[in-house]
Amino acid sequence: MNPEERHIFSVLVENRFGVLARVAGLFSGRGFNIDSLNVAETHEKGISQITLVTHGDAQIIEQIYHHLNRLIDVIEVTDLTAGTHVERELLLLKVDTPDSQTRAEILQVAEVFRARVIDTKPASLVLEITGDEGKLKAAIELFDTYGILELARTGKIAMLRGSEK
Amino acid sequence: MELSGAQILVDSLKREGVEYIFGVNGGAAMPIFDALYDETEIKLIPMRHEQGASHAADGYARATGKVGVALATSGPGATNLVTGIATAYMDSIPMVAITGQVFTHYIGSDAFQECDVIGVTRPICKHSYLIKDCEEIADVVAEAFHIASTGKPGPVIIDIAKDAQIHKALFQYPETVDIRSYKPQVHGAPEQITKAAALIKEAKRPMLYAGGGVVLANATEELRQLTNKTQIPITVTLMGLGAYPETHPLAMEMPGMHGSCCANYAFTDADLVIAIGARFDDRVTGDLSKFAPNAKKIHIDIDASCIGKNVPVDVPIVGDAKNVLTELNKQVGTTDIDPWRNQIQEWKQKYPFEYEQKADKVMPQYVIEQIYEHYSDAIVVADVGQHQMWAAQYFKFTEPRQWLNSGGLGTMGFSLPAAIGAQLGCPEKTVVNINGDGSYIMTIQELVPAVTMKLPLKVFIINNMYLGMVRQWQELFLGKRYSAVDYHDNPDFALLAQAFGATGLRVEHTDDVAPALLKAKGITDGPVVIDFIVDEEENVFPMVPAGAGLGDVIRGLS
Ligand SMILES: Cc1ncc(C[n+]2csc(CCOP(=O)(O)OP(=O)(O)O)c2C)c(N)n1
Ligand SMILES: [Mg+2]
Repeated sequence: MNPEERHIFSVLVENRFGVLARVAGLFSGRGFNIDSLNVAETHEKGISQITLVTHGDAQIIEQIYHHLNRLIDVIEVTDLTAGTHVERELLLLKVDTPDSQTRAEILQVAEVFRARVIDTKPASLVLEITGDEGKLKAAIELFDTYGILELARTGKIAMLRGSEK
Repeated sequence: MELSGAQILVDSLKREGVEYIFGVNGGAAMPIFDALYDETEIKLIPMRHEQGASHAADGYARATGKVGVALATSGPGATNLVTGIATAYMDSIPMVAITGQVFTHYIGSDAFQECDVIGVTRPICKHSYLIKDCEEIADVVAEAFHIASTGKPGPVIIDIAKDAQIHKALFQYPETVDIRSYKPQVHGAPEQITKAAALIKEAKRPMLYAGGGVVLANATEELRQLTNKTQIPITVTLMGLGAYPETHPLAMEMPGMHGSCCANYAFTDADLVIAIGARFDDRVTGDLSKFAPNAKKIHIDIDASCIGKNVPVDVPIVGDAKNVLTELNKQVGTTDIDPWRNQIQEWKQKYPFEYEQKADKVMPQYVIEQIYEHYSDAIVVADVGQHQMWAAQYFKFTEPRQWLNSGGLGTMGFSLPAAIGAQLGCPEKTVVNINGDGSYIMTIQELVPAVTMKLPLKVFIINNMYLGMVRQWQELFLGKRYSAVDYHDNPDFALLAQAFGATGLRVEHTDDVAPALLKAKGITDGPVVIDFIVDEEENVFPMVPAGAGLGDVIRGLS
């Protein structure tokens, strides 16, 4: 068995009904995995971008690349992991703040992660954190020691560095 | 002037040059059938089951190279089309399947006869469209035909809500189609083609391995040039039979599970395999770890996802077979491989397809040989099972589109409706349908439109009273436990044919085979069904058992 690698694909698609189902179906139908998926419109009218994180050995990754390309509504597929790239994810956390001492502690930790407080209630806080996978993982682990009430994350988005395209 | 969506659809199909539509009527498609009622350019062929409609459209496409069109209503009509769509998809056949859909405002409400056709067919079509607005119809039809017929061909589904069929709009057909997200790569990379030519020059034991892609790309002429120039021995797969004449000295017959020993031994010994429009299917390669172990591989295919999928490839060339071969032919010359060619000739002579003539039995292989004797120029449409393999082995195909079969999905019931499509598409040709007793009864109802249209089809049933191919596996691998394969309770197919209004004959003796075939030749005002009662427990050999390497082929006769 060849070693498995994590890959991030940027997929530009026509913003049409059913596109996401076609992409998702390609993965489920062939037993490929989707680790994270993000879909949003781009600055160009009618074009959406799917950022898709997957893993598999080199042969599976190549198959995924070709099969994505084969979909009629797919305009362009880029394997971002093939070049140097930046990746980010946005995380929203609601944490339990039962008393003022814990609250102060949590705010200190938030500082470390450069988290922003975007909602505050007497017994809870909502924090917004961006970062790469490692940072978000560390943040979740730490805040969970205080009690995470709710969590939402966007899935990764990524981009090649510099003038690479 | 404004036209109804249904009329726009019909006019659009005319612009695409559609001659025939195979369909079954129903509620959500009634406006379309109504628009076809007094249509003269397009002939509507009422089939007896939607599966028959999709196979007929498929057979038409395989025989002519043009796009086949099937039409059905929503819900059960659409789901009945599914087997035929999947069959076409697996063999990359250009087809457009049109389905009626419930009114837009009912979609998603579990309305009567509603089915999410787009969802059901997503993994078995090249692309699909749901139309809710009649303004879209003309553009969608143009795109659908373009997508179905270019690149790697395949079925495209157009699902049209009933209100879009009824509402009116101006008819404007697009002159050209340009889909920014769909640009098939037809030209092979020049440096790859040069690399391929260099490998061909160096090889001592090269072989060509051509598949259905050569036929789909209409690249038969280029393939023959390549073979002429290089004198490299060639094997053609089940899907490509006829792409190279099987009667030629360089031809090795088909490879794989029931292929020739010669082709399979050649793979095992070759130092270069040149695959063209073939996909290293598991029925061809056997155990991958033992497949062509000493060979470098060149793989020419229009579909990048096919290359390197099963077998690592040294020189991948993504492109249309016709284009790539044209370029490759400019760079290759004669090869210096006499010892290898001699070896191939020796295998060919030593291990031909052969069978034992049992006393008092009509041997199925003999029937096929006789069919070849009498109908060597015919289009042969086979069904799925032992008879299909015997037909592939004992009929010598010389022209592309002469052999039609469901190679990829292996769909029983394919052949009779596909033969109808082929006959309509090629009225000047004789169409022979080689069927099995099990397969025949799966779509036997399509004899009705064949009789109605007086199609001179030759329906030859290789009747072993069993689901023979399954019985063979039970005999060899399951201790003869013949579970659910005994078809002795089938009706008398000759009598049944007569009940359908066709000519029905029954042949039980070897001496009667040739006269019956001759007699069938003379009947041209409708279908002839000959029920050949053959040896019940004959097996298909050679056979590479599932999971074994090609070198471990069981030759059958001791
Ligand atoms: C629709 C469908 N169902 C089941 C099968 C599995 N199958 C493959 S070959 C075969 C037997 C076909 O019987 P028959 O048409 O009599 O042909 P024979 O092998 O006897 O020549 C079966 C059941 C299939 N290929 N397609
Ligand atoms: Mg049978």
